[in-house]
Amino acid sequence: MDSRDVPQDQIPVFAGHSKAVYALDSHGDYTLVPTSGWEVEEIVTRQALDELARQRRQALADHRAGRLSPLPYHMYDKKMDVATLARESGFWQWRVRRHFRPAVFNKLSLTTLAVYAEVFGISLTELQRIDDARD
Amino acid sequence: MRVINPYTHRQAAHCESGVVRALLEHAGLPISEPMAFGLSRSLVFVHLPLLKIGGQPLTSYRMPPRSVITGIGKILGARFATATFRDPRQGMDHLDAHLAQGRIVGVQTSVFWLPYFPDGMRFHFNAHNLIVYGRDGDDYLIGDPVFAETSRCDARSLMKARFIKGMLAPKGFLYFPGPLPKETGLIRHIRPSIKATARMMAKSPLPFVGAKGIAFLARRIGRLTRRDPEQARLFLGNIIRMQEEIGTGGAGFRFLYASFLQESAALLHEPCLREASMRMTAIGDEWREFALLIARFIKNHRVPATVEEIADKLTTIARMEQAFFAELGRWA
Repeated sequence: MDSRDVPQDQIPVFAGHSKAVYALDSHGDYTLVPTSGWEVEEIVTRQALDELARQRRQALADHRAGRLSPLPYHMYDKKMDVATLARESGFWQWRVRRHFRPAVFNKLSLTTLAVYAEVFGISLTELQRIDDARD
Repeated sequence: MRVINPYTHRQAAHCESGVVRALLEHAGLPISEPMAFGLSRSLVFVHLPLLKIGGQPLTSYRMPPRSVITGIGKILGARFATATFRDPRQGMDHLDAHLAQGRIVGVQTSVFWLPYFPDGMRFHFNAHNLIVYGRDGDDYLIGDPVFAETSRCDARSLMKARFIKGMLAPKGFLYFPGPLPKETGLIRHIRPSIKATARMMAKSPLPFVGAKGIAFLARRIGRLTRRDPEQARLFLGNIIRMQEEIGTGGAGFRFLYASFLQESAALLHEPCLREASMRMTAIGDEWREFALLIARFIKNHRVPATVEEIADKLTTIARMEQAFFAELGRWA
């Protein structure tokens, strides 16, 4: 890639930061060139973020309708999936999924809840009750 | 505690090779980032359909995390001092002790828990490398190779980022170079390193590694027409995220390697390596076009791309890399 072709699309994902890539200068020598981002990276990152946001909103709606515990909402809010949450909490995936059921979640011990709160980096109160303002 | 060790921050194309470069320079061995990357034989291609991350198969354009650190240590005959910890408190105390002794230290972290990353860049990738060069009260002073500026990170967040559990869990991994030998003789290691990478890329016996791995992924993409379009979009998008985002990936690694070949050409007085560097650059440009096609596929561009086009492009890349590394291997 020629250094003139290094993308400078000022993508929102970078939030004003720049990264650096190796590209060829006018003598054909490699040099490190700053980039404010490439539209392609914005598109694929946005795609992943949108997918997480969609799952989070769905989880919130299901929680408010009484179909799910608050756990999946927090999981998607922290950009996790069941596999990631299981690895970080140390619980088996089937246990994490079981904790998605409101009846099961409401009876969890403080110790178990504390593990989830620690994984998400939030307080026990925040874990158990989702603020009405959240979406 | 307030300690600020001398450290000159430089941005890098890839976190691990950037950190290793900075640590070696600090220890008195000036070396470029591409040289650290190339010598440690870190370029590769792997596609593992069964190893899922965030629900998508792993596609990697470089060797697993820590390979630059261990690779360059072996070559220099100066192993890095490394440590992992069971107890987070202990891991933080050790970091403080090294800082107090005037060291700058490389640490492995989870990107998601580093507060100075913009939200859109924070994902659960647990093998991000950065340098800690000081501490100012509750804040650690960070040289993160991804960014042009130095950063700060509070103790609680850094502890969380260093001791996250899960895939590639860092377990508080920290490292710095041991005593360097007087004569490192870097130059004589170039040829064997190129040979090893070329062999891995052109002659891997495993179908999902090297140029064969690229062709394998191309065939899988070709079969996507049978899948739900939304699933196909997520599958393809993830290949590019692995390429561009997590450690600047794919095309980025090809350009990094091309830069290594160019520098080697000058050091060894081998003009053919400079030519090889140009060919590697051309391959990197193909990877960028591949990424562009996928972006057009995802975003329903005015001129949309088709799955067939994308698969064909990748098949072409697989052929180019196969031919290129076979020839590079014969030179080495």
